[in-house]
Amino acid sequence: MKFTMSWLKEHLETKHKDTQIIDKLTDVGLEVESFENISSELDDFKVAKIINAEQHPNADRLRVCDVDIGQQNIVKVVCGAPNAKKDLLTVYAPPGSVIPKNNMKLTVSKIRGVTSYGMLCSESELKLSDESEGITELKPSKYSDKIGNNFFKNNTEKVVDLSITPNRPDCLGVRGIARDLAAAGAGKLKSISHKNIKKDGCQNIKVSIIKDKNQGCTIFASCLIKGVTNKESPKWLKEKIESLGQKPISAIVDITNYVMLDLNRPLHAYDADKIDKEIIVRNSKKGETFEALDNKEYKLDDGMCVICDQSGVLGLGGVIGGTRSGTELETKNILLESAYFIPRSIRKTSKLLNIDTDAKFRFERGIDPQSVELGLQKASQLISEICGGKISKFDIQKIKPYKNLEIKFNTSLFEKVTGFKVKENEIIKILKQLGFEVSKKKSELNLKVPSWRPDISQPIDIVEEVVRIKGYENIETIEPKKNRLKDTLNKQQKLFHFLQRSVASKGYLETVTWSFTDSRINNFFKENLKEIKIVNPISSDLDVLRNSIFSNLAFYLKKNLDRGFKDISLFEIGPIFKNKQPGEQLTVIGALKLGKISRLNWNEKDRSVDIFDVKKDLIQTLMEAGYDKQSFFIRDKSPSYYHPGKSGSVYLDKDDIDPVAYFGELHPNIVKKLDIKTEGVVGFEIYLDYLKDTKIKLKDQKINFEYSDYQKSERDYAFVVDKNYKAQDLIEIISSIDKNLIRSIKIFDIYEGENIPDGKKSIALNVTIQSSEKTLEENDLEKINKLIISTVESKSGAKIRS
Amino acid sequence: MSDIKKIKEEYLNKLDNDLDSESVNQIKTELFGKNGQISNSFKTLGSLPNDERKKFASDLNSIKEELQEKINFKLQEIEIKEINSKLENEKLDVTLPEREIKQGKIHPVSQVIDEISSIFSEIGFSVEEGPDVENEHYNFTALNTPDNHPARDMHDTFYLDNNKEILLRTHTSPVQVRTMLNGKPPFKIIAPGRTYRSDSDQTHSPMFHQVEGLHIDKDINMGHLKGCLNYFIKSFFEVDKIKMRFRPSHFPFTEPSAEVDIGYELKDGKIVIGEGNKWLEILGCGMVHPNVLKNVNVNPDKYQGYAFGIGIDRLGMLKYGINDLRAFFETDYRWLNHFGFDPLDVPSNYRGLSR
Repeated sequence: MKFTMSWLKEHLETKHKDTQIIDKLTDVGLEVESFENISSELDDFKVAKIINAEQHPNADRLRVCDVDIGQQNIVKVVCGAPNAKKDLLTVYAPPGSVIPKNNMKLTVSKIRGVTSYGMLCSESELKLSDESEGITELKPSKYSDKIGNNFFKNNTEKVVDLSITPNRPDCLGVRGIARDLAAAGAGKLKSISHKNIKKDGCQNIKVSIIKDKNQGCTIFASCLIKGVTNKESPKWLKEKIESLGQKPISAIVDITNYVMLDLNRPLHAYDADKIDKEIIVRNSKKGETFEALDNKEYKLDDGMCVICDQSGVLGLGGVIGGTRSGTELETKNILLESAYFIPRSIRKTSKLLNIDTDAKFRFERGIDPQSVELGLQKASQLISEICGGKISKFDIQKIKPYKNLEIKFNTSLFEKVTGFKVKENEIIKILKQLGFEVSKKKSELNLKVPSWRPDISQPIDIVEEVVRIKGYENIETIEPKKNRLKDTLNKQQKLFHFLQRSVASKGYLETVTWSFTDSRINNFFKENLKEIKIVNPISSDLDVLRNSIFSNLAFYLKKNLDRGFKDISLFEIGPIFKNKQPGEQLTVIGALKLGKISRLNWNEKDRSVDIFDVKKDLIQTLMEAGYDKQSFFIRDKSPSYYHPGKSGSVYLDKDDIDPVAYFGELHPNIVKKLDIKTEGVVGFEIYLDYLKDTKIKLKDQKINFEYSDYQKSERDYAFVVDKNYKAQDLIEIISSIDKNLIRSIKIFDIYEGENIPDGKKSIALNVTIQSSEKTLEENDLEKINKLIISTVESKSGAKIRS
Repeated sequence: MSDIKKIKEEYLNKLDNDLDSESVNQIKTELFGKNGQISNSFKTLGSLPNDERKKFASDLNSIKEELQEKINFKLQEIEIKEINSKLENEKLDVTLPEREIKQGKIHPVSQVIDEISSIFSEIGFSVEEGPDVENEHYNFTALNTPDNHPARDMHDTFYLDNNKEILLRTHTSPVQVRTMLNGKPPFKIIAPGRTYRSDSDQTHSPMFHQVEGLHIDKDINMGHLKGCLNYFIKSFFEVDKIKMRFRPSHFPFTEPSAEVDIGYELKDGKIVIGEGNKWLEILGCGMVHPNVLKNVNVNPDKYQGYAFGIGIDRLGMLKYGINDLRAFFETDYRWLNHFGFDPLDVPSNYRGLSR
């Protein structure tokens, strides 16, 4: 909402300075977006200084000047003036500016082979004098500290631009703004002067509002103005319209716009001679069409509020008029409409047809139903003054009488909500100035809500009115109490927080990517989940919700490779979506890694990252989060986007049904499709929702501190097993032989090849044996040694290697 | 007797020379070996008369001890010398680089969320969460924003179905609704999380982060709201004083509503929070609308309180001097490295919010 201070002062008698009014507007909740001069073409001309002038290489009479145009910008300008010399202060016109004398628009141009950026102007070119010999010379005493400033003073009036919240349609008119300011003590609201206008004859075009179901129009007021001469608007009106950055069209259109901006009272002018006999306001029928003033043909649905004559639809009430009955410069007789349309109906129609107009914007928020006559009065009077013509009597059709809403307000509610006290008298005064009718009844106020405030419906709204006018600075600051109702984080949130930092501590950079992704990449990773399309995506490559944490990560991994990075470790923790109902989402950590370990390091040989790097990061993270590694179980099953032979899943316990994590190499086909040239992209995923909380609290765990001081013994074994035999099984067999004695098992070598039969491999392990009761004797050790060998051989089919 | 004294003198003298460990061991053998001079002397003990034997034995033992001590001392001395001379040749260039360091980082959004949670934890708020996908009811209707309300236009909503019933939440406020429906007052929660609007330019991103705050009890008024936010902003920006301005505004789910500006100034092109005469809008808030309370079965005659919504990314940008919102989500390795935080830098009350 834009307006000028002078316009505001037509409604507000005030001694406040502009800056005070600006502050007041902010204080009452009318947010000031800007308060500036309307930009003028003359703003382009800057005070400038020639800092160097040289002879043009190809022309005797021209000079090439380096010109300081302020803010540390130096431009080259080719100039033919004899007085263009070093240190001269002058006026610079940049490319794009228009020279006042001849309306020539400047462009960057080559003058005899040297590019010139703009022009240095003579006084005659600036219309300052007739002096055209040479460029303007400015006095150093006055201009030397103004380099870069506008040369011309901007004489246009300053315009206030407010951002009006949807609850305040009344402030979409200058008068509404003046009313708020007056209530807040920034002046006095002037009363609207009523000149008695002469009304001649009846409005003889019959108007009827049909009582259709959900009729969107409840009041239709109109008058005829006969014998007008439509023309260009007078200067004052043009300036008003222009001051708000709008283009004047014709007197009649400009007047209706002016009244709308002034009072927030939209009007519509019809060419009365183009109306076929009568006006009928009714619901549209499906399939009806009409051509609107935006020159588009609209096909209507059932139940839209239309203004018709006997031939058909003239316009969509409160949304847009039609071309058939529009006013033109030749229009002689006009019918002026001032109506009330129900916001809900306006919104529905404009959404369906996708029309956005100023009238729609206003009616949708709620126009003062009591302003129909005032609007007609003001506009018809102006029209007859400017365009001549005779005004008919006003015809007002209503299908529902308007009744002001009444609210009972207990003033104690104010203090209860705001925490501070305002005297009842002052509350009453504020409300009256806002247009409420107030009567006192015991401890309650009986309030009649002004018709222009559709946003006010209950006592809390009254609190807001009083507190915003009184000023939010009156609310005292109460220091927060430090009492706590429950723990800050629940267990799942603590886990989230912990895992996030645990993964980062292993050298991964955390990223945050969109929750949506490119369906083409998502398809690589979605497995059997349903694709969740976004109906109105921001772009075609962000068209689905992500089914996997990997789609965006892989995409950005590739982007960073393109940026020249070779060794990358990235992770994200966030939602993935199983389906589109609220809550059908999982929280997942995804990490990807590629490149080399110890690239270009003098003391270690580099090697490519592999799945045991990520397996370590994964297992360690789970351990750090408090899960017992001893009970982890690894299976070689994993989703299809992993390399089938180089991936696995982690179960917290052998008997668990769902894995809590996957790890492995990404499927080479996918890596290829993503155009990633580096081989071996490895990664892992942790599903936080499947990490159940089976942990015993630390305070209960720590209590059981047991250790053994008896001597440890170590034994090495090498077993020859089938090639596909899993090391995990071997470890499990050994460790379950005697959980009390076998303390740790380490695999230190895997060997295939010479001396090992085809299809077999050798697994070498080191077993630590220790008792918590005694030092083991040689024969105890021998016993367990034999047991290990015989048990492994019988359970796994392995052979001890001798 | 004089023999053994002689031996003693002779060998003590020998041992005073500059010897290597081999020569010392040689001496050791000469003295204490199977046919060593001292060993042999001991063998003569048996042939001595009783009265002499005792004296001789005692002298012999003390000589033996003295020589042994000297030998041990000498050996140790040589050993230390040898180590020292060996170390001379073991000098490394310690300025060579260490083995590869892989430093991980926490994304600024995560860090800021943790900072926010830490501050609100101090004044008794707990953290709640809600789904990213919401239905129209929780995101709008229950928040006093019915279908025909123009305020819906302020949110450019992503929809997941053509009936516009399922959507990506446009703010974290639906968590208010879910929390209140699932519990009983009082409520004192914050809800950080991802939010979505179909809007993209320098200052808007289709996904961003908000933190919702909600405090409902019997007597919570706008003064508490002011105090809470004042406390939060001061703590977050780690300043003692903050210039703050509450401006009336409008949100369908709060009444009265306010927007909050903080004072700042530009110093060398950088924003300095807390001073100066420029205002920067950072959050929206207000007293929870009675209609919202009714919608979640809380009696507005008994309970009241405030709610607020803060843009997390924007707070992070202000605090850590990040210019472009979209860079948050572009996964540029250089950006993540520069703006990321060490994982051990956990914001907390006792260690402080940030280094």
